[in-house]
Amino acid sequence: MIGISPYSRRRFINFIGLAFSLGAMIFGLFWLGWIIFTLLRYGFGGLSLDLFTKMTPPPGSAGGLLNAIFGSLVMSLVATLIGTPIGILAATYLSEYGRRGWLAKVTRFINDILLSAPSIVIGLFIYSIYVVSVGHFSGWAGAIALSLIVIPVVVRTTEDMLRLVPDQLREAAAALGSPRWKIIVFIVYRAAKAGMLTGVLLAMARISGETAPLLFTALNSQFWSPNLNAPMANLPVVIFQFAMSPYQDWHDLAWAGALLITLGVLGFTILARFLLRKKRYE
Amino acid sequence: MSVRNLDFFYRNYQALKNISLDIMENKVTAIIGPSGCGKSTLLRTFNRIYELYPGLKAMGEIMLDGENILSRKQDLNLLRVKVGMVFQMPTPFPMTIFNNIAFGIKLYESLDRQVMVERVEWALHKAALWDEVKDKLHQSGTSLSGGQQQRLCIARAIAVKPELILLDEPCSGLDPISTSRIEDLISELQSEYTIVIVTHNMQQAARVSEYTAYMYLGELIEFGHTKAIFTKPEKKATEDYITGKFG
Repeated sequence: MIGISPYSRRRFINFIGLAFSLGAMIFGLFWLGWIIFTLLRYGFGGLSLDLFTKMTPPPGSAGGLLNAIFGSLVMSLVATLIGTPIGILAATYLSEYGRRGWLAKVTRFINDILLSAPSIVIGLFIYSIYVVSVGHFSGWAGAIALSLIVIPVVVRTTEDMLRLVPDQLREAAAALGSPRWKIIVFIVYRAAKAGMLTGVLLAMARISGETAPLLFTALNSQFWSPNLNAPMANLPVVIFQFAMSPYQDWHDLAWAGALLITLGVLGFTILARFLLRKKRYE
Repeated sequence: MSVRNLDFFYRNYQALKNISLDIMENKVTAIIGPSGCGKSTLLRTFNRIYELYPGLKAMGEIMLDGENILSRKQDLNLLRVKVGMVFQMPTPFPMTIFNNIAFGIKLYESLDRQVMVERVEWALHKAALWDEVKDKLHQSGTSLSGGQQQRLCIARAIAVKPELILLDEPCSGLDPISTSRIEDLISELQSEYTIVIVTHNMQQAARVSEYTAYMYLGELIEFGHTKAIFTKPEKKATEDYITGKFG
């Protein structure tokens, strides 16, 4: 590159770098766009009032996804209710008490493993310790399996958010004679609440599409199944079964269900983004 | 408050070496010295706020109201009610202006709503902030400007009626106008409170304090009337620092 000034050389390298990263971004977004496009194309036609009012049908007759939507909502909610307090308490220990101690380090390490554990392993685990011992599949088992996915997500995000709260704020509260627990509950949680809520929403988004942990735990049900102590219908497994079937009307319902979950996750994510953005400008 | 033979350790590093001095009641005492000389560390032993972090240790004696506050028996929260503190960066709590003040009061007193309202107003008056915030007591404390936030923190410290107020470089993040308002405030408060201020700004020490302590490398080099320290210091080291030859 003789005769080219360092400046134009730098500009050229900058251009190449920018072009590559833009290309990578377009590549990634392209597939995402395609997935959403396909979902809308096949799933949108299936969105109807029946979807929300009728049960999953046998092949060849009309029906909806009401029992599956209900089951998914209930199990996700129960899983969140179990997982959130445990996750927040664990994160509180890590951020406020354990910090750099060995117990905190070990806990963090195990939590990271749990965070990346394949969800089917979690399903099998609950199957072997709960489903086998009670002798039947159930909504509880599904909810517990999902809660095991919620916990590490909540622990990680909550700890990150609590650590963003400056130590000066804790000192300021302590300097007024505030006991430790009041500092945490009234000052630290309050300062971090948008971020903590975001973590819970992201965990809910994560579990709302999980199929593997439910296959071995909640199984599925063709009928209205409000009993948490019995097999429970749920969207992911219904989609799995219907999509594998040879029937066109089941395929349509599976597409509609997939679209519903995606819209739900999209909703959670947008809400989470919105909460975090509001926080930033506070 | 009187400090006797105080040593302080960050694990193995000795940050304060055999400090002894007396903090006079209802006077402003300034602690000056170059960065890292231990002036903030000294201040942070007065309410034992350092105890929030592991591995820090103070040894010696700090007598307040006839008791050694460094003793194991001392209840830390009760000590901090007596000895308030305002920090370098304004630290408004993420709540309304009213609740920022009420938070500390509620910890140790249960007041009727009306009494509480009066107390909050009193504290804001004392901190010369009332006129600026009286119409927005229920807005977030974080919405105030930096100087107002710092006065809010001072109001918060005053609200619990401490005997002693510690100020750790309270103006270092503020503009000159906010700084002078806080300095005025310090002068007004000294008739009722004992104030200890750490500052890296010598003019500020000269303006607001009656007594000055000069520290260097963890040792107390000179302590006395501010006027004496600034006009005819006894030690050469103090003079060099004051006159800007060093530090």
